Amino acid sequence: MELNLFTRHSEYEWEIGPRGNMSVPARIYASEQLIRDMDHKVYEQVTNVATLPGIVKASFAMPDAHWGYGFPIGGVAAFDPDKGGVISAGGVGFDISCGVRTLLTGLTLDDILPVQKDLAEILYHVIPAGMGSTGKLRLNKKELDDMLAGGAKWAVSRGYGSNKDLIRTEEQGQMKGAKPEEVSDRAKKRQRDEMGTLGSGNHYLEIQHVIDIYDRDTADAFGLYQGDIVISIHCGSRGLGHQIGTEFLKSMAIAAGKYGIVLPDRELACSPINSPHGQSYIGAMRAAINCALANRQILTHLTRQAFEHILPKAGLDLLYDVSHNTCKVEEHKVNGKKKHLYIHRKGATRAFGPGHHDIPFELRDVGQPVLIGGTMGTESYILVGTKESETKAFSSACHGAGRSMSRRAALKRHKGRQIVDMLANRGILIRSPSSRGVAEEAPDAYKDVSAVVEAADAAGLTRKVARVEPLVCIKG
Amino acid sequence: MTVQTQAETGQPGWEHFHHVADIGVRGIGKTMANAFEQAALAMTAVITDPACIKQKQTVNIACPEAPDDEYLFNDWLNAIVYEMDTRKMLFSRFQVTIMDHTLAGKAWGEQVDMQKHTPAVEVKGATLTALKVEQQGNGLWIAQCVVDV
Repeated sequence: MELNLFTRHSEYEWEIGPRGNMSVPARIYASEQLIRDMDHKVYEQVTNVATLPGIVKASFAMPDAHWGYGFPIGGVAAFDPDKGGVISAGGVGFDISCGVRTLLTGLTLDDILPVQKDLAEILYHVIPAGMGSTGKLRLNKKELDDMLAGGAKWAVSRGYGSNKDLIRTEEQGQMKGAKPEEVSDRAKKRQRDEMGTLGSGNHYLEIQHVIDIYDRDTADAFGLYQGDIVISIHCGSRGLGHQIGTEFLKSMAIAAGKYGIVLPDRELACSPINSPHGQSYIGAMRAAINCALANRQILTHLTRQAFEHILPKAGLDLLYDVSHNTCKVEEHKVNGKKKHLYIHRKGATRAFGPGHHDIPFELRDVGQPVLIGGTMGTESYILVGTKESETKAFSSACHGAGRSMSRRAALKRHKGRQIVDMLANRGILIRSPSSRGVAEEAPDAYKDVSAVVEAADAAGLTRKVARVEPLVCIKG
Repeated sequence: MTVQTQAETGQPGWEHFHHVADIGVRGIGKTMANAFEQAALAMTAVITDPACIKQKQTVNIACPEAPDDEYLFNDWLNAIVYEMDTRKMLFSRFQVTIMDHTLAGKAWGEQVDMQKHTPAVEVKGATLTALKVEQQGNGLWIAQCVVDV
């Protein structure tokens, strides 16, 4: 994008003042280079969001922002229900509560290297990945509704993990206010055999190696040490979430006129929070959040079982589980007054600073872990929320690298086999059912995640704690 | 050099178009129904090569009345996504009849076989982005949108 489109407030803060129907400014946090490289669609989308009713303060975009549906990926927006604020299916996205969880292992590189290949094989065998894959669990109607109401807490009650996991999961593993009755039969049918599946695209399970520690004290509190091995799982609410997104995107877009909402783009599909339609979506979306939390909990259990076979001494304690496609009610200060706002984060991660009551007690003094997925050939980051982020973008940070090349372009440039061999030469084992899928997810199809993280850190949205590199990647 | 799209060259068929995070699917046909059929093939091609899918089973797909042709097209692709997901199938041939913003369709395909089809991605849903159904100056219909993968 052209820099002259913005007023530059600081090295990493770029603003577009209200114009046309915008009721608030739009603000992008990024370095000059990231702004230059950003798709112009981000400008269009972040300013469109600023026109929605009841938006508070500004429409934000994170350093990894790119062209999404209605909202940019990397978009953050808060809405006030008392001022006609809206809830938007387009502001959450198709893969509701897609997120990352990271497990500590208590292992080091020396423990892993002799069994690296065995671990890759067993994980590829036990983690259902790719299109058409199914989990072993089959849920009847009542069990499915219980799962949608209970989330990871339900999964733990079924023997998948322990209460210790719930303490380290957002919402303590259960999103309150879920309404399984608002989830259509079609959405439920899509999920009946997909519990405990990874999905495809950019979803993964990785064994990672802690390469750098940037903040010793916080890393200590997180239980991260240089040379340690961690495991990260990136996936979401599977077919159920996709179907809820599909249905509400359409119904909210059609109903917008009824509520007097003018949508500059149909994908901004939304309804007033205080409307039957809005409440119906909120109930269904929260059920999908629980589905994602339960799904990642089951995948954690399968991972533990796999490690039990190869490295039984591994602990596999959960560091944290955080989602990056959600809308959540949070208390934030606006003009000095505390307000309960509906915070949409679409491809953006919640990043509460030290002292926030929603952070697990033992981490509360340091801040919330913020888990950033990179690409299978590069690196990922573990960050921490900052106090400063509260005033920047409602305690939000980036979520990943963000694509820079289309799938088609990546496929033209790469062969899956070459990528797998190239990464194997660098000590990274890729296991995927699809060679073409690997080519489309080639590392150079993404932005430089380090540049994104540096910008998020420098902008004060979050702070770097550790950098990890993959050793094994199970790709959908 | 300007690269012409298939829609511009006036050839019925399907093609993909650019979206940085996902992918656009476009069907081009002599009728709106043909364009819908071709776009469905384009969506299959996002996942795998349609030529490697045998037509062993037929699935009937119906879309009730939609507010307009564009929403009907969106419903059609999403109905196929639903059938692929719940039946664990891939389809390589489609037949569509449209009447008064309602659609009756058929899809021919087979069960997903990871070894044979090596599906690159699963389609999460058809979006409203770049959604367009229209007859062009050359008489051909196009039906297109971006699909989320």
